[in-house]
Amino acid sequence: MDNAIIIGAGPAGLTAAVTCAEKGLDVVVIDEYMRAGGRLLGQLYEEPNGNWWNGIKESNKLYEKAVDLGVNFHLNTAVNNIENSNGIWTIYTERETFHTPSLLLATGAAEAPVPVPGWTLPGVMSVGAAQVMTNVHRVKPGERGVIIGVNVLSAAIAMELQLAGVEVASLTLPKTNQVTQDAGKPKEVLDSLLHVSHMAPSPFVRYGSKLMKNDFMKKLGVNFFPKKGVKMWDIPIQLRKAVTKIYGEDEVEGVTLATINADGEVVSGSEEHIPVDFVCIAGGLYPLAELAAVAGCPFYLVEELGGYVPLHNERMESPLEGLYVAGNITGIEGAKVAAAQGRTAGLSMAHHAGMDDLDGEIKNSIKRTEQTRDNAHIQFHPEIETGRKKILQQWDAYQSNKERSVVSNSRGGIT
Amino acid sequence: MTRRILDHPILGKMEDNNYVSFTFNQKGYKGLENESLAAALLANGIRTLRHHEESGSPRGIYCNIGHCYECRVSVDGQQGIRACLTPVKEGMTVESDGQLPSSKRR
Repeated sequence: MDNAIIIGAGPAGLTAAVTCAEKGLDVVVIDEYMRAGGRLLGQLYEEPNGNWWNGIKESNKLYEKAVDLGVNFHLNTAVNNIENSNGIWTIYTERETFHTPSLLLATGAAEAPVPVPGWTLPGVMSVGAAQVMTNVHRVKPGERGVIIGVNVLSAAIAMELQLAGVEVASLTLPKTNQVTQDAGKPKEVLDSLLHVSHMAPSPFVRYGSKLMKNDFMKKLGVNFFPKKGVKMWDIPIQLRKAVTKIYGEDEVEGVTLATINADGEVVSGSEEHIPVDFVCIAGGLYPLAELAAVAGCPFYLVEELGGYVPLHNERMESPLEGLYVAGNITGIEGAKVAAAQGRTAGLSMAHHAGMDDLDGEIKNSIKRTEQTRDNAHIQFHPEIETGRKKILQQWDAYQSNKERSVVSNSRGGIT
Repeated sequence: MTRRILDHPILGKMEDNNYVSFTFNQKGYKGLENESLAAALLANGIRTLRHHEESGSPRGIYCNIGHCYECRVSVDGQQGIRACLTPVKEGMTVESDGQLPSSKRR
């Protein structure tokens, strides 16, 4: 039996592990990847102060701190199932079975797929896959590629690929279909991109964001958006083009690129072939929450948080006794917010283990999470704070419902 | 030409150089010890890791972090192992699995 078990060795899980260990708990961290760090490993960007945020260094720092504090790591270990019996969580992995009264799910996020004809060809990968290959394994995903899907994540990774000497021929859209929906509509994409425009060195995008305050202007903006695209970090961003097909015999040989109108419809006869040896698909991130579902945690769909998230409060508690959540499983945000949430979860777990006098620290940690969110360099969803409020409202509603049903049940028992 | 990024403007020079030998479909390759099998194969220019059980179409890595199972291969005789989560070891025998027989397929 361990005092605390944490599933996921990303920024949230590692910070929670360090926090629990500092409070004297025996901690086990389980992750299916071969290295600790999660999605933090691949991150590499320049901060406003000119320093580089190096995900590998940040991951190693956290990992070494946890190891020094005696945290027990089980990497390369996939969790298959979790269940609760009499207040004890059992965690089934491919190797051994673990038991604990306090379990944290810090499983992070997965990338939403965007089906495009030809997308099963070898050489087509998620944009996160290209990031991990390039920055973590230091292997080029290819010599020249196209990124399908224009969003905060894909723009950042395009820059990282270029930094490593990999040519990005274009950052462009998927052809609209039932699945791609808004991701294939120039106006919607431009709308979401306006929120990263402060990072763009291109005067067009920067100037444009101030101009396009209302919907009419945005539509106008797309209509006037040059067909050749604009360049961000020297990479052409083509919102007036869409990939209609990825082609190749046994692996990727190129993409078919067509001109589209402001609503995402293809202009017939505008198709051209762009030779590339790899293609990245960027569908955005969603919370990876299967284990919370297996455990029986209630879920709510909160678009601002990136999809279905397990119900939780600011203390990172789920409604299930001894089950905690932190990081991207609770909504898509940056690594610094995830780490701040991990600290709160760690403190809540220490409290659950019987440590008194932690309320002040927990309150401070919650406040620090909010400050981290306010100062975030990149916002994955512009309305993230609305999303956070929504899930807390659901928590309150759930708790008062539960109290009401307890009252009515006990009344029922009397009569 | 190598596909490895030996020198990176921010991350610096690659420090690992402990290469090990493994086989993929009976051919010998070198990879860095404990890097993922998917990375070692891509560094050797190999993108096709298997052929689909039903259609026989070629498949390679997709998510590269264990979620999608597109990179499944046989390692030392065990089927369905994700190449992106498997560290390369000296003497590892890797095989791609292929199309399976079907009574329905024409």
